Amino acid sequence: MNPGKHTNPEDSMNPGKHTNPEDSVNPGERVHALDVRGLRLHLPGAARPVLDGVDLTVAPGETVALVGESGSGKTLTSRTALGLLPTGATAEGSVLVDGEDVLTMGPDRLRALRTGRAAMIFQDPRAAINPLRRVGDFLTEGVRRTGVMTAADAGRRAAELLDAVGLGPELLRSYPGQLSGGMLQRVMIAAALMGDPVLLLADEPTTALDVTSQAEVVALLDQLRERFGTGLLFVTHDLGLAAAISDRVHVMYAGRIVEHGPAEALFERPRHPYTAALLAATPRLDSGPGRLSAIDGQPPDLRQELTGCAFAARCRYATDLCREAAPAPGPVACHHPLEGSRADD
Amino acid sequence: MTEAVLQVNGLCRTFGSVRAVDEVSFTLPAGGSLGIVGESGSGKTTTARIIVGLEQADAGEVSVRGRARTGRARGRAERLARAREVQMVFQDPFLSLDPRTSVEAVLRETLRLHFPGTDHAARIRELLDQVGLGTRASEALPRQLSGGQRQRVAIARALAVQPDVLVLDEAVAALDVSVQAQVLNLLADIRERTGVGYLFITHDLGVVRCVTDDVIVMRHGRIVESGPTSDVLDSPRHAYTRLLLESVPRPGWDPDRIAAARRAL
Amino acid sequence: MSVALTRRPGLGRLKAARAPLHLACLGIVALVVLAALLAPWVAPADPNAVDLGNALAGPSPDHLLGVDAAGRDTLSRLLLGARTSLLGPLGVVAFSTVAGVVVGLVAGWRGGWIDSVLSRSTELVFAFPGMLLAILIVSVYGEGLIAPVLALAIAYLPYVSRLTRSLVLAERMRPYVSAYRVQGHSAAQICLRHVLPNIAPIVLAQSTINFGYALMDLAGLSFLGLGVPALTPDWGRMVFDGQTAIQHGYPLSAILPCVLIVLTVVAFNVVGERWADRVARRTP
Repeated sequence: MNPGKHTNPEDSMNPGKHTNPEDSVNPGERVHALDVRGLRLHLPGAARPVLDGVDLTVAPGETVALVGESGSGKTLTSRTALGLLPTGATAEGSVLVDGEDVLTMGPDRLRALRTGRAAMIFQDPRAAINPLRRVGDFLTEGVRRTGVMTAADAGRRAAELLDAVGLGPELLRSYPGQLSGGMLQRVMIAAALMGDPVLLLADEPTTALDVTSQAEVVALLDQLRERFGTGLLFVTHDLGLAAAISDRVHVMYAGRIVEHGPAEALFERPRHPYTAALLAATPRLDSGPGRLSAIDGQPPDLRQELTGCAFAARCRYATDLCREAAPAPGPVACHHPLEGSRADD
Repeated sequence: MTEAVLQVNGLCRTFGSVRAVDEVSFTLPAGGSLGIVGESGSGKTTTARIIVGLEQADAGEVSVRGRARTGRARGRAERLARAREVQMVFQDPFLSLDPRTSVEAVLRETLRLHFPGTDHAARIRELLDQVGLGTRASEALPRQLSGGQRQRVAIARALAVQPDVLVLDEAVAALDVSVQAQVLNLLADIRERTGVGYLFITHDLGVVRCVTDDVIVMRHGRIVESGPTSDVLDSPRHAYTRLLLESVPRPGWDPDRIAAARRAL
Repeated sequence: MSVALTRRPGLGRLKAARAPLHLACLGIVALVVLAALLAPWVAPADPNAVDLGNALAGPSPDHLLGVDAAGRDTLSRLLLGARTSLLGPLGVVAFSTVAGVVVGLVAGWRGGWIDSVLSRSTELVFAFPGMLLAILIVSVYGEGLIAPVLALAIAYLPYVSRLTRSLVLAERMRPYVSAYRVQGHSAAQICLRHVLPNIAPIVLAQSTINFGYALMDLAGLSFLGLGVPALTPDWGRMVFDGQTAIQHGYPLSAILPCVLIVLTVVAFNVVGERWADRVARRTP
């Protein structure tokens, strides 16, 4: 299956893509699958930037989780990697996918990017897949339309990928309505891999699924990541899931990354008050029955200006400094990072 | 042993060839909290809808405080009496409120229907206070409220009827983690203060651990395991319960093993 | 991101400039309605005053827009014609909306065999072109405004009832309807107090568009000589009466009512569609 990867006809369209397998041995020269630097996104009518200085990297073969609640900007960040900016948005900074800046690309290059080097898996497979077309059409239409593969090649690859995700090739002729949610999500994963992407963006891919299907889909994503060497940006609101499957976790709040680091360390010893509060507020199997320590208040409104730390209004440890000056970005964007284990919170 | 406020016996419901609910029986003690856990297709939502009266069972009976409520409600008096027995809070915070009705109008409607002639204004203030909403919220329309606030309104509307049992159908699933925590705490407070019984339909075992005393696990329409929450979650006996518990992600998780176990079941 | 936006309503609303076309059409609608309301007091001359000696004269200080083949003042006839030209479609729209909503509501809410009976009956009416139905009824009942208005109202009913039915079907699925049922409200109360107000804006916007079509159909009927009696000033009738004027080379008394019909129909359509778009965008 893999020998085709580096002699793929689309390479001639993507001069930036590395064709030398030995590149992956030398990490210093390796091009990141995704490299976001200082991303700022402004929307008309919003008093503060919707994304305020986001930095993150995803190396090929790595799983990075982006965790946050609604309004944190996590979905926007992942959509920006594909150039899917909301209408009227203005962006600053750079978003490099496989070395090329998405924000400065023309529409043709963007289309090539979306069918080739980067692909997205959406939350609700039933909403994202046209119910009137067959599964086979859905899988092959992207690569056929951009001329990357002939129809015959596309069909063969679709069958191979369906096999890779654990489904039979006979499903090529089925309609989406005949498949369960878990199977459809796997079809979506197969479709995402059709163009041999270097970056996979998964936006809450398991939220609409049952817990047992969730485990299957996650296992699948893991296997595929190892097999194809794709980088995976996993967007979720579930800190436990993020910690369980990713190498590194970034926690977002109000458009900023408040903490990032290795998954287990973040989970065991959160250093930002928001991360700690989020963990404390999550009902867990190993916590006893009783009250959860809820976070008072709500995330800051987009129509209000924000000075200082975004979390200051709800933080137990907030000081005047927190309210006046925004903390510098870094592994923990906080004026007073927490020490000690999570159990104290 | 406290008296059972809700008794369900041998409930059956078939859709075509699929047995959505298959001989389901359980009891909810007064002031207790029972969780019904299952995945999609387990029959938990259909069971809840039958108990609430939105659907009819093919067989079996449901009774609240000894009073049977099987079959369609005939007549206004019966309809109102049943509403006073069981109320429901739905999953979708947005669509469970009429988009054109303000919060105050919603509560007033309920009070006028069930308690005509009493002081509605005072009771509305009391209800809003009970669910943690200020008086400013009373003129708001649903689209001006956040998801958590809308769920609070839905809870207030259900409580306004003063039901014996409150059915919560994935009532916190659509909320953010921090909001979910607030609402779960609120529900615990309300149960303590009013002694209403909860029927918690959910797929989230963490929520079950947090708010329920007893739990039943459903799969393909049947109950596969039941008992006190701590017993079932700490020492599950059925393979499916074990699978559900292992499917909860945590550090050190092995999704491959779970996927294999699922296929084996 | 869209989840955050729906919690902050002020953000997404586009502050687009009001299209000049829409404003112009709104102005036309307002003018026509005003003319219809104030006609008896504003018309400079008796619209039925015949003056054969002055037939087909061009515009003059006495007759600002000229006279028709029978010497009647065109301007006065246009102003008074606005009344019948608007009254007829109003009747059509009012009756078809009320009856259509009732039929659609019952069919959508109850379902089952009632739905089948009502839907199949309205589909039968669909099969008849409205104009032909109107002509048929007028030929049976003779001239007058009532017969064609009722006929057209029946012809338009299926459009309203089908729209209402699908809206009701969608609303019925929504959790708030279930919530009200659980609360103990009766089906009738839920329908009237909650479902109907939620679907009303869409249905009314559609009815505004139907107004334009009804105007056209009624004018067409009058043009064919079926419809308003001969002496009543009515735009369609004026076009019919103006046929001789055109043949004689003085087309003003025929063209002006045509122009007014077209303008009014377009204006109502634009306003109605704009309303429908706004309602659709506002609907959650």
